Parts: sequence; C-alpha cells; structure tokens
Amino acid sequence: MTTLTTPPPSKERAAPPGGKRPSRLRLPARLRRVSLPYLLLLPALLLELVVHLIPMGVGIVMSFKELTQFFIRDWGAAPWTGLDNYKLSVDFDAPVGEALLHSFFVTVAFTVLSVGLCWLIGTAAAVFMQEHFRGRGLLRAVFLIPYALPVYAAVITWSFMFQRDTGLINHVVHDQLGLTDSRPFWLIGDNSFVALLTVSVWKGWPFAFLIVMAGLQNIPKEQYEAAAIDGAGMWQQVRRITLPSLRPVNQVLVLVLFLWTFNDFNTPYVLFGKSAPEAADLISIHIYQSSFVTWNFGTGSAMSVLLLLFLLLVTAVYLLVTSRGRKTADV
Amino acid sequence: MRRLRALAALATVTALSGATLTACGGGTNTGGEGSNASPKTLTYWASNQGPNIAADKKILAPELKKFEEQTGIKVELEVVPWSDLLNRILAATTSGQGPDVLNIGNTWSSSLQATGALLPWDAKNFKAIGGKDRFVDAALGSTGTEGKDPAAVPLYSLSYALYYNKAMFKEAGISKPPATWDELVTAGKKLSKGGKWALGAEGSNLVNNIHQAFALGKQHGADFFDAQGKPTFTSDGAVSAVKQYVDFMAKDKIIAPGNAEYAQNQSLRDFAQGKTAMVLWQAAATTFEAQGMKPDEWGVAPVPVASGKPGAERQVNSMVAGINLAVFKNTDNLDGARKFVKFMTSDAEQARLNKAYGSIPPVTAAQKDAAFDRADTAVLRDTLRKSAAPLPQVPNESQFETSVGTAIKKLFADAAAGRPVTAESVRSELSKAQQQMPKS
Repeated sequence: MTTLTTPPPSKERAAPPGGKRPSRLRLPARLRRVSLPYLLLLPALLLELVVHLIPMGVGIVMSFKELTQFFIRDWGAAPWTGLDNYKLSVDFDAPVGEALLHSFFVTVAFTVLSVGLCWLIGTAAAVFMQEHFRGRGLLRAVFLIPYALPVYAAVITWSFMFQRDTGLINHVVHDQLGLTDSRPFWLIGDNSFVALLTVSVWKGWPFAFLIVMAGLQNIPKEQYEAAAIDGAGMWQQVRRITLPSLRPVNQVLVLVLFLWTFNDFNTPYVLFGKSAPEAADLISIHIYQSSFVTWNFGTGSAMSVLLLLFLLLVTAVYLLVTSRGRKTADV
Repeated sequence: MRRLRALAALATVTALSGATLTACGGGTNTGGEGSNASPKTLTYWASNQGPNIAADKKILAPELKKFEEQTGIKVELEVVPWSDLLNRILAATTSGQGPDVLNIGNTWSSSLQATGALLPWDAKNFKAIGGKDRFVDAALGSTGTEGKDPAAVPLYSLSYALYYNKAMFKEAGISKPPATWDELVTAGKKLSKGGKWALGAEGSNLVNNIHQAFALGKQHGADFFDAQGKPTFTSDGAVSAVKQYVDFMAKDKIIAPGNAEYAQNQSLRDFAQGKTAMVLWQAAATTFEAQGMKPDEWGVAPVPVASGKPGAERQVNSMVAGINLAVFKNTDNLDGARKFVKFMTSDAEQARLNKAYGSIPPVTAAQKDAAFDRADTAVLRDTLRKSAAPLPQVPNESQFETSVGTAIKKLFADAAAGRPVTAESVRSELSKAQQQMPKS
C-alpha cells in the first residue's frame, strides 16, 4: 500500500530554485490539487475493493451457478444455471420461495418494530438525561451496558432467561406475577418473535440514545431559553426545537438502525440456533440456512443478491424522501 | 454534495449486505493427493466427545505424546465443538486450509465425500492401516457412498439404547424395561404424573430428531431415500414414524411439553435429577455420572421395537452412530497422516480410547476387551452387531438432517403448544422439507 501514497512534496521543494526539472513530474497545480484527495483515498478504496466489492462480485457470479457440496472445493467448475436460483427464490407458490417471502415479511415487521422502539426509548432517555440531577453520570454509564457487552454473551444470557422451565422470564411472568395460565414458551412457537424483539431492542436502543444525546448537545441553549420566555412548555419545546434540530441526526440514525436490524444475524442465531422458529425466521438466518445448512450456496447467493437489491432500493427511496425537505438548506 | 452523500450511503448498504454474499467466497485448489512437504508435524481436529473440551484434551494428549515418541511426528490437537465442526470442515474445504487429519460425524461421510476434499481409502490406503477386515461391517457402512472407496475410517462406534431409572420403575410397579412401543406407552402413562414424566426428548435438536425418526422409520419400512438417492420423506412409513415419535408428546403425553425446546442435552439433566424416567440415548453413562447419578441407579435396555425382538430390517432399533477419522486430500504429510490413522485404529488405542469415551470400538479385535462386556456397553455393542443400520449414505445426507430435523422440531413445537399433530400436518411438514432439498 505504501507505494500508492502521493509523492512526497519535499522532493519538489528540494529542487534548486530555477533549476530545470523533468517536465513529466510537473503537474499543473490545479490538477495536483484536485487529484490529491483521490490519491489519499486510494488505499481505502483498494481495501474496499478487496474486502467487499470483489467478494460481492464473486457472490453474484455464484448466484448463477448450481453450487452444492459437489463443487464447493472448486466452485469455478460448478455448472451455470442461468436464472434458476432466482426463479426458485421468487417462486412464492413453492416451499423455497414461500419460506423466503415469509421470512421477508417477518423481517420487515421485526425491523419496523425494533427500530421504532429503539429510537423511541433512546430519544426519550436522551431527552430525560439532558436535565442535571444526581447520579446522571452513573445512569448514563448503566444505559450503555448493553451496547458495551459482547453480543454473543448477552444474547446467550437472554436465551437462558427465556427457557420455559428454568428461565427467569417465566419465573417472573408466571410464578410471581401470575400473568399467564401456564408457562409460555419463548424460544419456540409464536412467542419467539416477542423474545427476538425484546433482545433486539435491549441491544439496540443504547446506540440510539448515544447518537441522539450527541445531537442534543449541538442545539444551542438559547433557543430553549427564548422559547421558554415566549411561553412554550416542555412538550412544545421538544416538538418545535428538539425534534427539528435532531432531524439530520435522526436521518442517519434510523438508516443505520434499519440496516443493522434488517441484516441482524447474531441475535437470532445465538437465540435459536441453526433453524429459527417460523415466527422469528429472519431473512439473514434464512439465507444462512439456505447456504450453509442445506449447502445450496447458489440459491443462498441469489437470495443475498435479492436482499441487496431490496436494501439498495429502500435506502435510495429513503434518502430521496428525507433529503427533499432539506434541499434548500443544503445547496 | 447531496448526491455524493447518497452514494456513500448506498455504498454502506452494499457493504453491509455484502457480508452474506462474501461469506461463501472460497478459493480453488487442485485435486491431487497431498505431499510429504512437512513430515514432522500433523494437525488434528478432534470432535468434542467427552463432557467438555478440557476432558477431551486430557484423554487425547497422552496418546498423542505416545504417537510422537513412536514416530517423531508432533500432533497439534484442536478439539472442535460439535456445533462448529461441520462449518469448520466446509470452510477448510473451500479454502484448502484445513487440518491434516480430522474427526467427522459418520453420518456426514457421504456428504463430505461428495466435496472431493477427503482422501479416499482405497485398498492401498487400507493396507497401510492393517486392512479393511479389521473393522466391523456396520461401522464400515457409514464411511461413504456405497460402491465408492470410503472417505473415512471408523474410529468410535455408538448406538442408541433405552436408559431407565430403576427406582422410578419400581415405584410405579413396573418390573422390567419395555421391549415394545406399546409397553413403553403403557409404562409411560404410569410414570407420567406428579410433575414427573416418562420419556425425555430433545425436540429442538435437529440431529437427535433425525436419529429417532430414522430408527422408527426402519420399523415402518421407510428409508427416507430411494435407491437412486432421491428423497422420499413423505412415504407412508416416514409419516407414520415421525408421527409416532411426536405423538409421545402430542397424543400419549409421556414426554413433557417443555422438552420441545430442549437442544442442549437438558433431557439428560432431567433424567439424572429423577424428573424423567427414560431417555433414548447413545452412551449416556459418563454424562449421568458427571451429573451425580450412581451407575446402579439406572438400567440399560435395547430401544423398543414393535415386535419386542430387535434385529434386522423392520426390527432395526438404532442408527449406526459414531465418529470417523478422515484425512484431508491436500495434506502436507500424507505418510504421517496414514501412520496416525493406523495408530488411532490400532487394537490397543481403540480399546483405550473407546473405554475412555464409553463408546464401542469399530475394530473387532478391540471389542474383546472386558470393558465392553459391562451391562450398558454390552447393550450398545449387541445393538451395533445385530440391529443397527447406517443412516442413508447419500450426498445430501447432511441436508436431510437439517430439513427433516427442522420439520420434527416444528411438529414438537405444535405439540407443546397444544395444536393438533395429525398425519396431514406431519406429511405437510415433511413435504416442505423434501422440496427444500437441493435437486442434485
């Protein structure tokens, strides 16, 4: 990578004043100025190419192949199948497509609820933490614990708590509070969606809290003071000052949360293992199962490409819609 | 400016969702056999056999030391947990960067053979380890697709048995362990009361589900695959077998509903704590002892069959369970790997290792050791000899484990939630499983 950095400017300076330098080294100042940022970006771009774009290209190629255990050792030799893998994935009348569509809807519902709750809880906590009170620092640190814990350890602890017969959740919900007639299952059946959502929100909201809190720091105090003088109450201040000022922050926050949640693999995998219950069959784990558990790597790749296209579309629409209102401010 | 930011965001999405795509990227490697480029070392992936990884290391380390003293070859040992093993092998297969020698589950033999990454055990290779006829036939039946050179060599053999709690049986007035399923259900109804249950199950453990369904399938005349290797999951026999197993919870109510979410051997814990009276398991003795149960507190009997007399064909009452030893084709120490396999399958090591793990040696001569005449090991040994059958040796076996295992997991979840389990619902789940199988 070192060879790709810009030529050291010191060399030019070292040239004797007025001395004749080889003309090929002399770039017009304007060109140099324009190209410098790109040269500086080059190492990162190359890394991006090697780490993301090339493997992604490989994945796209794979999606057009019949890639099973017979060919994984030399996947280049796998026979081409054209669009077969895609057809299989989107044939919603057959089990493979039907299951993919189902997991897609589960993922959409899960993502909308999880992102919404993360944002709501994170924002409420951040607004609340603006006030000065005793123990604020401690509380703020406590809030960040879920964010700081290793995901695997945290989720596995949740899975223990969700055990039907020995878990803490049923101990509280059923034994102590008597909210249910019998001990519900959390890790199999329909409740698994609730379990997954709970862990996801628990894991995700501190990030929203952190980002919103940072955003709040940037709102000048004077605005609130002025509003207070004009007679605006707490709720009006939140609605008229806080939320509009947080808009650029929220725009990025929601997008990032959306992408993370939509693609979340660790939480369902640690919670449910290789085969998630139908109610909590997130698309990431579904694709994993298609590729790595049933060894249908071609179909798995096709599903990944479809997921990628969907996420690109959503992101593009999202950016278009959210940035429309800000056009005038930006230009 | 705005466009650039959008572009950056799009790039981020691409990168994030690329993760799923990139995960299966792999290199290519040549198909030739390995070399002897580094004759002084071997890497060995052992599957986790004992109660934990530390126990495995303790059992294996002195043996590997012995091998080093005999041959001067140093073996680097890594014990891999079961849950990771297949993925690790797949990764090693695609990258070509794997161990020299490794343990594989014997049911995966044919699937892994299809990748072409494992050294075929032809006549020459078998000769190097003392010949094929040293091994028990049933164990050799789980080393690869029929008609091809085996992809692995049997190392530890296991079979299923019925473990029962003597005191609970006595208390319920049951004099002997059930030999037929009818007897098991009748006894089960006597035992399932007062918060205690008759039979343990691991409803969320896909592999265990498959093992139970396979043995019951044999008893119903179903194989799950036809002679051409095509799946036949929805045959009447297969449906009846799966339904019979799930019905122990759904209809007979002799399995606790909570077992539907078990996947971490919790049913063994329940058994050791006297909460369930029976489990169908492979060599569970060491686990029960580790959990504080005394050997005379439980009995071991053959898994029931409809006729009461285990044997061949419809009297099959267990799959041939076990671990095989395989060599990666592209090893840098081919001769050393063969020497190591020879060492591990030698009579003396076979007796020693299988004794330590509570399994049965797949090497005939080693079975003569008195240790395998103990009541529990004798049942396992006789089952292997007379009434066990290998799981279908087809390339899609590992997919079968997942798809049908998942179907049974769903049916157990239905049973636990009180939803009806009918022949139709069983057939429908099995049909979905079958359609998810790769076409090849």
